[in-house]
Amino acid sequence: MATETLTMAKALTLGLAAAMQADDKVILMGEDIGPLGGVFRVTEGLQQQFGAHRVLDTPLAESGIVGAAIGLAMRGYRPVVEIQFDGFIFPAFDQITTQLAKLTARHEGALQLPVVIRVPYGGHIGAVEHHQESPEAYFAHTAGLRLVSPATPHDAYWMIQQAIASTDPVMFFEPKSRYWPKGEVDLGAAGAELHASRVVRAGNDVTVVGHGAMVSMLLDAAEVAAEEGTSIEVVDLRSLSPIDYAPLLDSVRRTGRLVVAQEAPGSVSIGSEIAATVTEKAFYSLEAPVLRVSGYDAPFPPAKLEGAYLPDVDRILHAVDRALAY
Amino acid sequence: MSYTPETLQLLAPDGTRVASDATEAYLPYVDALTEQQLREFYRTMSVIRRFDIEAGNLQRQGQLALWIPSLGQEAAQVGSGFAARAHDHIFPAYREHAVGHIRGLDVVQIIKMLRGLTHGGWNPAETGNFHLYTLVIGSQTLHATGYAMGLRFDGLVGTGDPERDTAVLVYFGDGATSQGDVNEAFVFAQSYQTPQVFFLQNNHWAISVPVRVQSRTPLFHRPRGFGIPSVQIDGNDVLMSYAATAASLDAARAGEGPQFIEALTYRMGAHTTSDDPTKYRDDDELHYWQERDPISRFEAYLRGLGESEAFFTEVHDEAEQFASEARARTLALEPPAAESMFAHVYSQPHPTMDAQRQALADYEASFEGGA
Repeated sequence: MATETLTMAKALTLGLAAAMQADDKVILMGEDIGPLGGVFRVTEGLQQQFGAHRVLDTPLAESGIVGAAIGLAMRGYRPVVEIQFDGFIFPAFDQITTQLAKLTARHEGALQLPVVIRVPYGGHIGAVEHHQESPEAYFAHTAGLRLVSPATPHDAYWMIQQAIASTDPVMFFEPKSRYWPKGEVDLGAAGAELHASRVVRAGNDVTVVGHGAMVSMLLDAAEVAAEEGTSIEVVDLRSLSPIDYAPLLDSVRRTGRLVVAQEAPGSVSIGSEIAATVTEKAFYSLEAPVLRVSGYDAPFPPAKLEGAYLPDVDRILHAVDRALAY
Repeated sequence: MSYTPETLQLLAPDGTRVASDATEAYLPYVDALTEQQLREFYRTMSVIRRFDIEAGNLQRQGQLALWIPSLGQEAAQVGSGFAARAHDHIFPAYREHAVGHIRGLDVVQIIKMLRGLTHGGWNPAETGNFHLYTLVIGSQTLHATGYAMGLRFDGLVGTGDPERDTAVLVYFGDGATSQGDVNEAFVFAQSYQTPQVFFLQNNHWAISVPVRVQSRTPLFHRPRGFGIPSVQIDGNDVLMSYAATAASLDAARAGEGPQFIEALTYRMGAHTTSDDPTKYRDDDELHYWQERDPISRFEAYLRGLGESEAFFTEVHDEAEQFASEARARTLALEPPAAESMFAHVYSQPHPTMDAQRQALADYEASFEGGA
């Protein structure tokens, strides 16, 4: 099948449409996702194509949306919920963590809950408070959820379909700042499992790992470093829960150095978990401590300060230099 | 107390039938009840009350971590529980032991939760569509609404075919009415016109907080603001509970959208075995409600209809037997294997669960043959 050049937003639209075509139990729920197509236009045209009974403009109540999605999943539907912005997910936190995540275990296997929760997340878009955050660690801490985040249009197209096909709840974190850059999408083959991490640039000196929007930042940093004679290997995490450590550990065992990068605050984060696990499993291969580059442990600042708050190429390279100095 | 001029009642506390214009529409439901059904109402209320007392005793004897008494709420539960059809779906809170029993749930399954052996453990498909208990207050109202949305999307509403049309019955308490989720459930139910009956058991106390702190308006007035029709009934009147629920379920199945019933009842015991009601409420209130006891009221009604002494003796013996069997089976319950904590967290194999199950097994094995 053909390869197309698409934005991530469009790739997601096509991925959702393919999933809805394949299974008429797949329904979309969210705020403004109907005629408007969502505030990021990811569901654009889908209500026209599939009807208002499959693309539901819901009342403006996040807990209500997720709680109703749980009931629909009990009825045999596969709801795909859109949370409008990262910082607006918290009214639904209870339904996600105490109900959605636990009901399969509470039914001792008699119930599956194939609910996908799409969360546009992250900064670099110059937006107001609660519109630029990275809340993934809150959910990675909860057993019963699966968490993934695509970094490219190709992965977005395939991973959304794989997430919808999953028989467990999946939190699908969409990096907002990557919605609009275009990339090649192979419409014929996914190329990777939903929860696989993978090396996206080979290198010898330092391994850097990240997810979502951070991956393109890491690739940019690797490009700059190469000009300066440093060879960086870049790992795209893709899945935050579970984390596929094998490719990462294999990389670290070769390079001996690891920098973890993320937009979220560093304390008690995905990056902390990776640092601890890699230290436990590859201690004798490490030439330097695992270093974190992250958002600061302050609230996400007003947009004019986001450049100082969010990791960029310079901060990544600064950490790479520190790792190499050991 | 909290009876209002609008409170619907068919059976006075002394067991005599009362009539009013407001209850006339409900009479066909009651008139259609057979003697056998009336006996089942009494039998179920009596058996569950006796079981409930036994379970409380088991907790006091250290056999259960906790018990959640249903004493005093039998009529609200038994009337509404019998009103649902076999294919309807029921989402309980956590005190609806009688409803579960009616739907075919083995009540020892509830005991297992409160003995610390499981967090749920029954399959609603095998328990008359009686879903799991939910301890987070009010969360289940949204699940019920979502389920009812699905019924409507599936075309199982308003077809006129009684084998096809299906409704959802969801239970919650007066404390839950303050929760955001319950109010969001009203919004979604109204927006999607779900085939659903909200059944509020107002037992007057949210642990130690009286209902007057939750609301300055009668609770059955609230859903009207959402556009949901509502009634307030005497929840200690099993005939009224049955008739109101049957009528509301019929309306919901017929496509008239969500319905709401506030059943006025009283939690005669503690919220759970962990609290002491004498610290926050007085005996006068308890006595007021004891005079309105749901079971003695219905017994008086049945005696008035000429029911034999032999029947009441038979039910008494059956209740004793039921409680005794529940006790024996409780004492025989063994804890599950430790590794079961990793089972079913996900529906598919999961590397973290697999690794930690193995780590636990390795740790346990490290003691084998040791000191």
